[in-house]
Amino acid sequence: MENFLASLFTFQGFAFYLFSFLTIILFWITVMSNNVLYAMTSLASGMVLISGFFFILGADFLGVVQLIVYVGAVMALYSFAMMFFDATREIKEKNTNGAVVFVLGGLSALMLVLMFAAPIHSESIQALYPMHEGVGNAQDVGIVLFTKYLVPFEVAALMLLVAMIAGIILAGKKMDKSLTEMMDEDAGEDEILTQKDEK
Amino acid sequence: METTTLIGQLPEVTAAGVAIKAILILAIISAIAGFGTYLERKVLAFMQRRLGPTHVGPYGLLQIAADGIKLFTKEDIVPQHANSLIFKVAPVITAATAFIALAGVPVFPDFTIPEFVPVLGGTFVPSIASDVNVGILFVIGMMAAGLYGPLLAGMAQANKWGIIGAARTAIQFLSYEVVTGLSLLAPIMLVGSLSLIDFNEAQSGGFTSWFIWQQPVAFVLFLIAGFAETNRTPFDLLEHEAEVISGYATEYSGMRWGMFFIGEYANMITISILAAVVFLGGYNDFGFIAGWIMILLKVAFFFFLMLWVRAAWPHVRPDQLMWLCWKVLMPIAVINVVVTGIVMMV
Repeated sequence: MENFLASLFTFQGFAFYLFSFLTIILFWITVMSNNVLYAMTSLASGMVLISGFFFILGADFLGVVQLIVYVGAVMALYSFAMMFFDATREIKEKNTNGAVVFVLGGLSALMLVLMFAAPIHSESIQALYPMHEGVGNAQDVGIVLFTKYLVPFEVAALMLLVAMIAGIILAGKKMDKSLTEMMDEDAGEDEILTQKDEK
Repeated sequence: METTTLIGQLPEVTAAGVAIKAILILAIISAIAGFGTYLERKVLAFMQRRLGPTHVGPYGLLQIAADGIKLFTKEDIVPQHANSLIFKVAPVITAATAFIALAGVPVFPDFTIPEFVPVLGGTFVPSIASDVNVGILFVIGMMAAGLYGPLLAGMAQANKWGIIGAARTAIQFLSYEVVTGLSLLAPIMLVGSLSLIDFNEAQSGGFTSWFIWQQPVAFVLFLIAGFAETNRTPFDLLEHEAEVISGYATEYSGMRWGMFFIGEYANMITISILAAVVFLGGYNDFGFIAGWIMILLKVAFFFFLMLWVRAAWPHVRPDQLMWLCWKVLMPIAVINVVVTGIVMMV
Protein backbone atom coordinates (compact mmCIF):
# COMPACT_ATOMS: atom_id res chain seq x y z
CA MET A 1 0.00 0.00 0.00
CA GLU A 2 2.78 2.41 0.83
CA ASN A 3 4.51 1.48 -2.40
CA PHE A 4 1.32 2.17 -4.28
CA LEU A 5 0.88 5.57 -2.69
CA ALA A 6 4.50 6.45 -3.24
CA SER A 7 4.30 5.55 -6.93
CA LEU A 8 1.00 7.37 -7.27
CA PHE A 9 2.61 10.67 -6.43
CA THR A 10 5.39 10.43 -9.00
CA PHE A 11 4.65 11.82 -12.42
CA GLN A 12 5.00 8.48 -14.20
CA GLY A 13 3.06 6.58 -11.57
CA PHE A 14 0.20 9.02 -11.65
CA ALA A 15 0.09 8.96 -15.44
CA PHE A 16 0.16 5.16 -15.42
CA TYR A 17 -2.70 4.79 -12.96
CA LEU A 18 -4.73 7.46 -14.69
CA PHE A 19 -4.30 5.85 -18.09
CA SER A 20 -5.00 2.35 -16.71
CA PHE A 21 -8.15 3.46 -14.94
CA LEU A 22 -9.46 5.30 -18.00
CA THR A 23 -8.55 2.49 -20.39
CA ILE A 24 -10.29 -0.16 -18.28
CA ILE A 25 -13.41 2.00 -17.88
CA LEU A 26 -13.53 2.76 -21.60
CA PHE A 27 -13.12 -0.84 -22.70
CA TRP A 28 -15.73 -1.85 -20.14
CA ILE A 29 -18.12 0.57 -21.84
CA THR A 30 -17.15 -0.91 -25.20
CA VAL A 31 -18.20 -4.37 -24.03
CA MET A 32 -21.27 -3.47 -22.02
CA SER A 33 -22.91 -0.68 -23.99
CA ASN A 34 -25.94 -1.31 -26.19
CA ASN A 35 -25.30 1.83 -28.18
CA VAL A 36 -23.04 1.53 -31.21
CA LEU A 37 -21.86 5.09 -30.89
CA TYR A 38 -20.82 4.72 -27.25
CA ALA A 39 -19.13 1.38 -27.87
CA MET A 40 -17.15 2.60 -30.87
CA THR A 41 -16.17 5.90 -29.32
CA SER A 42 -14.94 4.31 -26.12
CA LEU A 43 -13.03 1.73 -28.18
CA ALA A 44 -11.33 4.48 -30.17
CA SER A 45 -10.44 6.57 -27.14
CA GLY A 46 -9.24 3.49 -25.27
CA MET A 47 -6.90 2.71 -28.16
CA VAL A 48 -5.60 6.27 -28.12
CA LEU A 49 -5.04 6.09 -24.36
CA ILE A 50 -3.07 2.83 -24.70
CA SER A 51 -0.51 4.77 -26.74
CA GLY A 52 -0.01 6.77 -23.55
CA PHE A 53 1.56 3.69 -21.92
CA PHE A 54 4.13 3.48 -24.70
CA PHE A 55 4.99 7.15 -24.21
CA ILE A 56 5.43 6.58 -20.46
CA LEU A 57 7.80 3.70 -21.21
CA GLY A 58 9.83 5.91 -23.54
CA ALA A 59 8.80 3.93 -26.63
CA ASP A 60 7.71 7.01 -28.57
CA PHE A 61 7.75 5.28 -31.93
CA LEU A 62 5.49 2.42 -30.86
CA GLY A 63 3.18 4.89 -29.14
CA VAL A 64 2.74 6.90 -32.32
CA VAL A 65 2.29 3.75 -34.39
CA GLN A 66 -0.41 2.60 -31.97
CA LEU A 67 -2.09 5.97 -32.39
CA ILE A 68 -1.98 6.05 -36.19
CA VAL A 69 -2.85 2.39 -36.79
CA TYR A 70 -5.78 2.18 -34.40
CA VAL A 71 -7.23 5.57 -35.27
CA GLY A 72 -7.43 4.34 -38.86
CA ALA A 73 -8.65 0.86 -37.97
CA VAL A 74 -11.45 2.04 -35.70
CA MET A 75 -12.41 4.65 -38.29
CA ALA A 76 -12.97 1.79 -40.76
CA LEU A 77 -15.02 -0.02 -38.09
CA TYR A 78 -17.14 3.12 -37.68
CA SER A 79 -17.98 3.11 -41.37
CA PHE A 80 -19.33 -0.44 -41.03
CA ALA A 81 -21.29 0.54 -37.93
CA MET A 82 -22.72 3.43 -39.92
CA MET A 83 -23.88 1.05 -42.66
CA PHE A 84 -25.40 -1.61 -40.40
CA PHE A 85 -26.91 0.26 -37.44
CA ASP A 86 -28.83 3.36 -36.56
CA ALA A 87 -26.21 5.03 -34.44
CA THR A 88 -28.60 7.04 -32.30
CA ARG A 89 -30.68 4.09 -31.09
CA GLU A 90 -29.94 1.27 -28.73
CA ILE A 91 -29.48 -2.16 -30.20
CA LYS A 92 -31.25 -5.27 -29.00
CA GLU A 93 -28.48 -7.75 -28.49
CA LYS A 94 -28.97 -11.45 -29.00
CA ASN A 95 -27.63 -12.96 -25.82
CA THR A 96 -25.65 -16.05 -26.64
CA ASN A 97 -25.69 -18.98 -24.25
CA GLY A 98 -24.27 -18.45 -20.82
CA ALA A 99 -21.73 -21.28 -20.96
CA VAL A 100 -19.69 -19.60 -23.72
CA VAL A 101 -19.76 -16.28 -21.89
CA PHE A 102 -18.70 -18.04 -18.69
CA VAL A 103 -15.78 -19.88 -20.29
CA LEU A 104 -14.54 -16.85 -22.24
CA GLY A 105 -14.91 -14.55 -19.26
CA GLY A 106 -13.16 -17.04 -16.99
CA LEU A 107 -10.29 -17.45 -19.43
CA SER A 108 -9.85 -13.68 -19.77
CA ALA A 109 -9.89 -13.30 -16.00
CA LEU A 110 -7.27 -16.05 -15.68
CA MET A 111 -5.12 -14.30 -18.26
CA LEU A 112 -5.47 -11.01 -16.37
CA VAL A 113 -4.36 -12.66 -13.14
CA LEU A 114 -1.36 -14.18 -14.89
CA MET A 115 -0.48 -10.81 -16.39
CA PHE A 116 -0.73 -9.12 -13.01
CA ALA A 117 1.28 -11.89 -11.39
CA ALA A 118 4.06 -11.69 -13.98
CA PRO A 119 5.79 -8.61 -12.48
CA ILE A 120 6.46 -10.64 -9.32
CA HIS A 121 9.00 -12.48 -11.43
CA SER A 122 10.05 -9.31 -13.18
CA GLU A 123 13.59 -9.61 -11.85
CA SER A 124 14.02 -12.78 -13.83
CA ILE A 125 12.76 -11.12 -17.01
CA GLN A 126 15.49 -9.69 -19.18
CA ALA A 127 15.26 -7.67 -22.35
CA LEU A 128 16.80 -9.72 -25.15
CA TYR A 129 17.15 -6.68 -27.35
CA PRO A 130 17.54 -3.71 -25.02
CA MET A 131 17.26 -0.19 -26.36
CA HIS A 132 20.53 1.42 -27.37
CA GLU A 133 21.49 4.74 -25.90
CA GLY A 134 21.59 7.52 -28.45
CA VAL A 135 19.76 5.50 -31.11
CA GLY A 136 16.19 6.39 -31.90
CA ASN A 137 13.24 4.11 -31.25
CA ALA A 138 12.55 3.69 -34.94
CA GLN A 139 16.09 2.47 -35.64
CA ASP A 140 15.95 -0.06 -32.78
CA VAL A 141 12.64 -1.45 -33.97
CA GLY A 142 13.96 -1.59 -37.52
CA ILE A 143 17.12 -3.47 -36.57
CA VAL A 144 15.22 -6.15 -34.65
CA LEU A 145 12.56 -6.37 -37.34
CA PHE A 146 15.07 -6.98 -40.14
CA THR A 147 17.34 -9.41 -38.26
CA LYS A 148 15.69 -11.54 -35.60
CA TYR A 149 12.11 -11.21 -36.81
CA LEU A 150 12.69 -11.04 -40.55
CA VAL A 151 10.70 -14.20 -41.39
CA PRO A 152 7.58 -13.32 -39.35
CA PHE A 153 7.76 -9.81 -40.77
CA GLU A 154 7.86 -11.05 -44.34
CA VAL A 155 5.12 -13.62 -43.67
CA ALA A 156 2.93 -10.85 -42.27
CA ALA A 157 3.63 -8.78 -45.38
CA LEU A 158 2.64 -11.74 -47.58
CA MET A 159 -0.58 -12.26 -45.63
CA LEU A 160 -1.48 -8.60 -46.01
CA LEU A 161 -0.83 -8.87 -49.74
CA VAL A 162 -3.10 -11.92 -50.00
CA ALA A 163 -5.79 -10.10 -48.01
CA MET A 164 -5.50 -7.06 -50.26
CA ILE A 165 -5.78 -9.10 -53.47
CA ALA A 166 -8.74 -11.01 -52.02
CA GLY A 167 -10.39 -7.73 -51.09
CA ILE A 168 -9.90 -6.32 -54.56
CA ILE A 169 -11.32 -9.47 -56.17
CA LEU A 170 -14.34 -9.53 -53.85
CA ALA A 171 -15.15 -5.87 -54.25
CA GLY A 172 -14.01 -5.27 -57.79
CA LYS A 173 -16.38 -7.37 -59.87
CA LYS A 174 -17.99 -4.41 -61.58
CA MET A 175 -15.14 -1.98 -61.22
CA ASP A 176 -14.86 -1.28 -64.94
CA LYS A 177 -18.43 -0.01 -65.05
CA SER A 178 -19.50 3.43 -63.93
CA LEU A 179 -21.73 3.54 -60.86
CA THR A 180 -24.03 6.14 -62.39
CA GLU A 181 -24.55 4.01 -65.50
CA MET A 182 -25.41 1.04 -63.33
CA MET A 183 -27.93 3.15 -61.49
CA ASP A 184 -29.56 4.07 -64.79
CA GLU A 185 -29.88 0.37 -65.60
CA ASP A 186 -31.47 -0.21 -62.21
CA ALA A 187 -33.97 2.54 -62.81
CA GLY A 188 -36.52 -0.01 -64.05
CA GLU A 189 -36.36 -1.91 -60.79
CA ASP A 190 -36.71 1.31 -58.83
CA GLU A 191 -40.04 1.97 -60.50
CA ILE A 192 -41.30 -1.40 -59.28
CA LEU A 193 -40.16 -0.49 -55.78
CA THR A 194 -41.95 2.85 -55.82
CA GLN A 195 -45.12 1.12 -57.04
CA LYS A 196 -44.86 -1.26 -54.09
CA ASP A 197 -44.45 1.67 -51.77
CA GLU A 198 -47.59 3.29 -53.10
CA LYS A 199 -49.57 0.15 -52.46
CA MET B 1 20.25 35.72 -33.36
CA GLU B 2 20.10 34.01 -29.98
CA THR B 3 16.36 33.95 -30.13
CA THR B 4 16.26 31.83 -33.26
CA THR B 5 18.88 29.15 -32.70
CA LEU B 6 16.93 26.16 -31.56
CA ILE B 7 19.85 23.80 -31.19
CA GLY B 8 23.02 24.29 -29.25
CA GLN B 9 23.62 26.12 -26.02
CA LEU B 10 20.04 26.24 -24.89
CA PRO B 11 18.85 26.83 -21.35
CA GLU B 12 17.09 23.89 -19.73
CA VAL B 13 13.44 23.46 -20.62
CA THR B 14 11.39 23.66 -17.44
CA ALA B 15 7.82 22.65 -16.75
CA ALA B 16 6.92 26.31 -16.27
CA GLY B 17 8.34 27.12 -19.70
CA VAL B 18 6.27 24.38 -21.33
CA ALA B 19 3.15 25.52 -19.50
CA ILE B 20 3.67 29.11 -20.64
CA LYS B 21 4.22 27.82 -24.17
CA ALA B 22 1.01 25.80 -24.06
CA ILE B 23 -0.99 28.82 -22.89
CA LEU B 24 0.65 30.98 -25.58
CA ILE B 25 -0.25 28.47 -28.30
CA LEU B 26 -3.83 28.18 -27.06
CA ALA B 27 -4.35 31.92 -26.78
CA ILE B 28 -2.58 33.08 -29.92
CA ILE B 29 -3.69 30.30 -32.27
CA SER B 30 -7.31 30.67 -31.15
CA ALA B 31 -7.07 34.40 -31.85
CA ILE B 32 -5.40 33.75 -35.20
CA ALA B 33 -8.18 31.29 -36.03
CA GLY B 34 -10.68 34.08 -35.45
CA PHE B 35 -8.63 36.51 -37.49
CA GLY B 36 -8.23 33.81 -40.14
CA THR B 37 -11.95 33.84 -40.84
CA TYR B 38 -11.73 37.58 -41.49
CA LEU B 39 -8.67 37.16 -43.71
CA GLU B 40 -10.35 34.36 -45.60
CA ARG B 41 -13.45 36.45 -46.31
CA LYS B 42 -11.38 39.45 -47.39
CA VAL B 43 -9.01 37.48 -49.63
CA LEU B 44 -11.86 35.55 -51.22
CA ALA B 45 -13.78 38.78 -51.73
CA PHE B 46 -10.91 40.54 -53.49
CA MET B 47 -10.29 37.51 -55.70
CA GLN B 48 -13.95 37.49 -56.67
CA ARG B 49 -14.10 41.29 -57.18
CA ARG B 50 -16.20 41.91 -54.08
CA LEU B 51 -15.47 43.92 -50.95
CA GLY B 52 -16.06 41.39 -48.21
CA PRO B 53 -16.89 42.55 -44.68
CA THR B 54 -16.83 46.38 -44.53
CA HIS B 55 -19.49 47.54 -42.09
CA VAL B 56 -18.13 46.70 -38.63
CA GLY B 57 -15.11 48.85 -37.82
CA PRO B 58 -12.48 50.15 -40.28
CA TYR B 59 -12.19 47.79 -43.26
CA GLY B 60 -14.54 45.48 -41.38
CA LEU B 61 -11.78 44.62 -38.95
CA LEU B 62 -14.13 44.42 -35.96
CA GLN B 63 -16.14 41.78 -37.79
CA ILE B 64 -14.19 39.23 -35.74
CA ALA B 65 -15.50 40.73 -32.50
CA ALA B 66 -19.03 40.79 -33.88
CA ASP B 67 -18.74 37.14 -34.97
CA GLY B 68 -17.33 36.20 -31.59
CA ILE B 69 -20.19 37.86 -29.72
CA LYS B 70 -22.65 36.12 -32.00
CA LEU B 71 -21.04 32.71 -31.50
CA PHE B 72 -20.89 33.04 -27.72
CA THR B 73 -24.43 34.33 -27.22
CA LYS B 74 -26.24 32.13 -29.72
CA GLU B 75 -28.67 29.60 -28.29
CA ASP B 76 -27.04 26.22 -27.82
CA ILE B 77 -29.32 23.63 -29.36
CA VAL B 78 -28.99 19.87 -29.02
CA PRO B 79 -31.42 18.12 -31.39
CA GLN B 80 -34.14 16.02 -29.80
CA HIS B 81 -33.14 12.57 -31.05
CA ALA B 82 -29.44 13.18 -31.06
CA ASN B 83 -27.05 11.30 -28.82
CA SER B 84 -26.40 14.34 -26.68
CA LEU B 85 -23.19 13.19 -24.96
CA ILE B 86 -21.37 12.34 -28.21
CA PHE B 87 -22.92 15.40 -29.84
CA LYS B 88 -21.31 17.59 -27.19
CA VAL B 89 -17.97 15.76 -27.15
CA ALA B 90 -17.38 15.86 -30.93
CA PRO B 91 -16.44 19.57 -31.33
CA VAL B 92 -14.12 19.30 -28.33
CA ILE B 93 -12.29 16.43 -30.06
CA THR B 94 -11.67 18.54 -33.15
CA ALA B 95 -10.39 21.54 -31.23
CA ALA B 96 -8.38 19.56 -28.67
CA THR B 97 -6.57 17.31 -31.15
CA ALA B 98 -5.75 20.30 -33.33
CA PHE B 99 -4.00 21.97 -30.40
CA ILE B 100 -2.33 18.75 -29.23
CA ALA B 101 -0.90 18.41 -32.73
CA LEU B 102 0.45 21.96 -32.42
CA ALA B 103 2.39 20.81 -29.34
CA GLY B 104 4.68 18.79 -31.58
CA VAL B 105 5.65 21.46 -34.12
CA PRO B 106 7.78 24.58 -33.67
CA VAL B 107 5.46 27.56 -33.16
CA PHE B 108 7.04 31.01 -32.71
CA PRO B 109 10.75 31.36 -31.82
CA ASP B 110 11.96 30.34 -28.39
CA PHE B 111 12.78 33.12 -25.94
CA THR B 112 13.67 33.78 -22.33
CA ILE B 113 11.32 35.91 -20.27
CA PRO B 114 13.30 38.99 -19.13
CA GLU B 115 14.47 39.04 -15.50
CA PHE B 116 12.44 42.10 -14.50
CA VAL B 117 9.14 40.26 -14.93
CA PRO B 118 7.94 39.14 -11.49
CA VAL B 119 7.61 35.41 -10.69
CA LEU B 120 8.28 34.14 -14.20
CA GLY B 121 11.42 36.18 -14.96
CA GLY B 122 14.23 34.13 -16.48
CA THR B 123 12.00 31.25 -17.54
CA PHE B 124 13.02 29.77 -20.88
CA VAL B 125 10.07 29.22 -23.22
CA PRO B 126 10.91 26.58 -25.86
CA SER B 127 9.87 26.78 -29.49
CA ILE B 128 8.36 23.28 -29.48
CA ALA B 129 6.10 22.63 -26.49
CA SER B 130 6.77 18.90 -26.45
CA ASP B 131 9.86 17.83 -28.37
CA VAL B 132 9.17 14.14 -28.93
CA ASN B 133 11.76 12.55 -31.17
CA VAL B 134 9.06 11.14 -33.45
CA GLY B 135 7.56 14.60 -33.88
CA ILE B 136 6.41 14.30 -37.46
CA LEU B 137 4.51 11.03 -36.90
CA PHE B 138 2.98 12.39 -33.70
CA VAL B 139 1.60 15.43 -35.50
CA ILE B 140 0.22 13.34 -38.35
CA GLY B 141 -1.33 10.84 -35.94
CA MET B 142 -2.93 13.53 -33.82
CA MET B 143 -4.37 15.30 -36.85
CA ALA B 144 -5.77 11.96 -38.00
CA ALA B 145 -7.42 11.52 -34.60
CA GLY B 146 -8.95 14.95 -35.15
CA LEU B 147 -11.19 13.57 -37.88
CA TYR B 148 -13.14 11.75 -35.16
CA GLY B 149 -14.70 15.13 -34.47
CA PRO B 150 -16.64 15.42 -37.74
CA LEU B 151 -17.28 11.65 -37.79
CA LEU B 152 -18.87 11.56 -34.33
CA ALA B 153 -20.68 14.84 -34.89
CA GLY B 154 -22.26 13.51 -38.05
CA MET B 155 -23.28 10.19 -36.53
CA ALA B 156 -24.63 11.61 -33.27
CA GLN B 157 -26.99 14.25 -34.63
CA ALA B 158 -29.77 12.08 -36.11
CA ASN B 159 -29.78 14.03 -39.34
CA LYS B 160 -29.32 12.56 -42.79
CA TRP B 161 -26.98 15.33 -43.90
CA GLY B 162 -24.94 14.67 -40.80
CA ILE B 163 -24.73 10.96 -41.59
CA ILE B 164 -23.62 11.74 -45.15
CA GLY B 165 -21.03 14.13 -43.75
CA ALA B 166 -19.78 11.43 -41.38
CA ALA B 167 -19.57 8.88 -44.17
CA ARG B 168 -17.61 11.35 -46.26
CA THR B 169 -15.28 11.94 -43.33
CA ALA B 170 -14.46 8.24 -43.24
CA ILE B 171 -13.93 8.20 -47.02
CA GLN B 172 -11.71 11.25 -46.90
CA PHE B 173 -9.64 9.90 -44.03
CA LEU B 174 -9.10 6.52 -45.67
CA SER B 175 -8.11 8.27 -48.91
CA TYR B 176 -5.61 10.91 -47.88
CA GLU B 177 -3.92 9.15 -44.97
CA VAL B 178 -1.92 6.80 -47.20
CA VAL B 179 -0.75 9.66 -49.41
CA THR B 180 0.35 11.80 -46.45
CA GLY B 181 2.37 8.97 -44.97
CA LEU B 182 4.02 7.88 -48.21
CA SER B 183 4.79 11.42 -49.37
CA LEU B 184 6.51 12.20 -46.06
CA LEU B 185 8.40 8.90 -46.17
CA ALA B 186 10.80 10.05 -48.90
CA PRO B 187 12.11 13.13 -46.99
CA ILE B 188 12.20 11.03 -43.80
CA MET B 189 14.45 8.58 -45.62
CA LEU B 190 16.75 11.42 -46.69
CA VAL B 191 17.01 12.81 -43.16
CA GLY B 192 17.03 9.44 -41.39
CA SER B 193 15.07 10.81 -38.47
CA LEU B 194 11.49 11.57 -37.46
CA SER B 195 12.36 14.65 -35.44
CA LEU B 196 11.31 18.00 -36.89
CA ILE B 197 14.48 19.58 -35.46
CA ASP B 198 16.59 17.14 -37.49
CA PHE B 199 14.61 18.13 -40.58
CA ASN B 200 15.42 21.74 -39.89
CA GLU B 201 19.11 20.99 -39.35
CA ALA B 202 19.33 18.96 -42.56
CA GLN B 203 18.23 22.06 -44.52
CA SER B 204 20.46 24.56 -42.78
CA GLY B 205 22.72 24.90 -45.84
CA GLY B 206 20.71 27.74 -47.33
CA PHE B 207 18.22 28.05 -50.17
CA THR B 208 19.62 25.19 -52.28
CA SER B 209 19.47 22.67 -49.45
CA TRP B 210 15.69 22.89 -49.15
CA PHE B 211 14.06 19.51 -49.66
CA ILE B 212 11.62 20.94 -52.17
CA TRP B 213 14.43 20.77 -54.77
CA GLN B 214 15.25 17.16 -53.98
CA GLN B 215 11.67 16.05 -53.41
CA PRO B 216 9.37 18.19 -55.57
CA VAL B 217 6.99 15.27 -56.14
CA ALA B 218 6.69 14.54 -52.42
CA PHE B 219 6.07 18.25 -51.78
CA VAL B 220 3.16 18.42 -54.21
CA LEU B 221 1.70 15.16 -52.91
CA PHE B 222 1.98 16.35 -49.32
CA LEU B 223 0.27 19.64 -50.18
CA ILE B 224 -2.62 17.86 -51.89
CA ALA B 225 -3.00 15.45 -48.96
CA GLY B 226 -2.73 18.39 -46.59
CA PHE B 227 -5.65 20.12 -48.29
CA ALA B 228 -7.66 16.94 -47.83
CA GLU B 229 -6.55 16.69 -44.22
CA THR B 230 -7.75 20.18 -43.37
CA ASN B 231 -10.99 19.94 -45.42
CA ARG B 232 -9.93 22.84 -47.60
CA THR B 233 -11.80 23.56 -50.75
CA PRO B 234 -10.91 21.18 -53.49
CA PHE B 235 -11.69 18.48 -50.94
CA ASP B 236 -14.25 20.09 -48.64
CA LEU B 237 -16.66 17.19 -49.09
CA LEU B 238 -17.56 17.06 -45.44
CA GLU B 239 -19.55 20.25 -45.37
CA HIS B 240 -20.12 21.30 -48.92
CA GLU B 241 -23.22 23.47 -48.71
CA ALA B 242 -24.47 22.87 -52.22
CA GLU B 243 -24.64 19.12 -51.70
CA VAL B 244 -25.08 18.24 -48.05
CA ILE B 245 -26.27 21.52 -46.42
CA SER B 246 -23.43 21.69 -43.94
CA GLY B 247 -22.58 18.01 -43.65
CA TYR B 248 -21.44 17.06 -40.19
CA ALA B 249 -22.00 20.60 -38.87
CA THR B 250 -25.66 20.87 -39.94
CA GLU B 251 -27.18 20.72 -36.46
CA TYR B 252 -24.47 22.70 -34.71
CA SER B 253 -24.76 26.30 -33.62
CA GLY B 254 -23.00 28.77 -31.40
CA MET B 255 -19.72 27.94 -29.79
CA ARG B 256 -19.87 24.21 -30.54
CA TRP B 257 -19.84 25.10 -34.23
CA GLY B 258 -17.16 27.65 -33.48
CA MET B 259 -14.92 24.95 -32.02
CA PHE B 260 -15.01 23.05 -35.31
CA PHE B 261 -13.83 26.22 -36.98
CA ILE B 262 -11.05 26.88 -34.50
CA GLY B 263 -9.91 23.29 -34.97
CA GLU B 264 -9.95 23.64 -38.75
CA TYR B 265 -7.90 26.84 -38.71
CA ALA B 266 -5.45 25.42 -36.17
CA ASN B 267 -5.04 22.41 -38.46
CA MET B 268 -4.37 24.71 -41.42
CA ILE B 269 -1.60 26.36 -39.41
CA THR B 270 -0.17 22.97 -38.37
CA ILE B 271 -0.07 21.73 -41.96
CA SER B 272 1.54 25.02 -43.05
CA ILE B 273 4.23 24.66 -40.38
CA LEU B 274 4.82 21.02 -41.33
CA ALA B 275 5.17 21.87 -45.01
CA ALA B 276 7.51 24.76 -44.18
CA VAL B 277 9.74 22.72 -41.86
CA VAL B 278 9.85 19.55 -43.95
CA PHE B 279 10.18 21.01 -47.43
CA LEU B 280 10.96 24.73 -47.30
CA GLY B 281 13.93 24.98 -44.97
CA GLY B 282 12.07 25.46 -41.70
CA TYR B 283 13.22 28.22 -39.38
CA ASN B 284 16.75 28.57 -40.70
CA ASP B 285 18.01 32.09 -41.31
CA PHE B 286 17.66 33.17 -44.92
CA GLY B 287 20.33 35.68 -45.86
CA PHE B 288 19.76 38.68 -43.61
CA ILE B 289 16.21 37.62 -42.67
CA ALA B 290 15.97 36.01 -39.24
CA GLY B 291 14.72 32.45 -39.06
CA TRP B 292 11.59 33.18 -37.07
CA ILE B 293 10.50 35.78 -39.62
CA MET B 294 11.18 33.27 -42.39
CA ILE B 295 8.94 30.60 -40.86
CA LEU B 296 6.18 33.14 -40.26
CA LEU B 297 6.45 34.20 -43.91
CA LYS B 298 6.32 30.59 -45.07
CA VAL B 299 3.34 29.77 -42.88
CA ALA B 300 1.59 32.92 -44.08
CA PHE B 301 2.30 31.90 -47.66
CA PHE B 302 0.78 28.44 -47.19
CA PHE B 303 -2.20 29.94 -45.40
CA PHE B 304 -2.69 32.33 -48.32
CA LEU B 305 -2.26 29.45 -50.77
CA MET B 306 -5.15 27.62 -49.12
CA LEU B 307 -7.41 30.66 -49.54
CA TRP B 308 -6.16 31.17 -53.08
CA VAL B 309 -6.94 27.59 -54.05
CA ARG B 310 -10.39 27.95 -52.50
CA ALA B 311 -11.08 30.96 -54.69
CA ALA B 312 -9.64 29.37 -57.82
CA TRP B 313 -10.87 25.78 -57.92
CA PRO B 314 -14.23 24.05 -57.68
CA HIS B 315 -14.43 21.15 -55.28
CA VAL B 316 -14.35 17.49 -56.26
CA ARG B 317 -16.83 14.68 -55.73
CA PRO B 318 -16.13 11.99 -53.11
CA ASP B 319 -15.53 9.33 -55.78
CA GLN B 320 -13.15 11.69 -57.57
CA LEU B 321 -11.22 12.17 -54.33
CA MET B 322 -10.92 8.41 -53.86
CA TRP B 323 -9.92 7.98 -57.50
CA LEU B 324 -7.32 10.72 -57.15
CA CYS B 325 -5.84 9.44 -53.91
CA TRP B 326 -5.78 5.71 -54.56
CA LYS B 327 -5.26 5.48 -58.31
CA VAL B 328 -3.08 8.52 -59.00
CA LEU B 329 -1.37 9.92 -55.92
CA MET B 330 -0.61 6.68 -54.10
CA PRO B 331 1.22 5.01 -57.04
CA ILE B 332 3.17 8.22 -57.64
CA ALA B 333 4.10 8.36 -53.95
CA VAL B 334 5.23 4.71 -53.97
CA ILE B 335 7.32 5.28 -57.11
CA ASN B 336 8.80 8.38 -55.48
CA VAL B 337 9.80 6.41 -52.39
CA VAL B 338 11.34 3.60 -54.47
CA VAL B 339 13.27 6.04 -56.68
CA THR B 340 14.50 7.92 -53.59
CA GLY B 341 15.66 4.63 -52.09
CA ILE B 342 17.51 3.62 -55.28
CA VAL B 343 19.19 7.03 -55.56
CA MET B 344 20.26 6.87 -51.92
CA MET B 345 21.72 3.38 -52.30
CA VAL B 346 23.61 4.04 -55.55
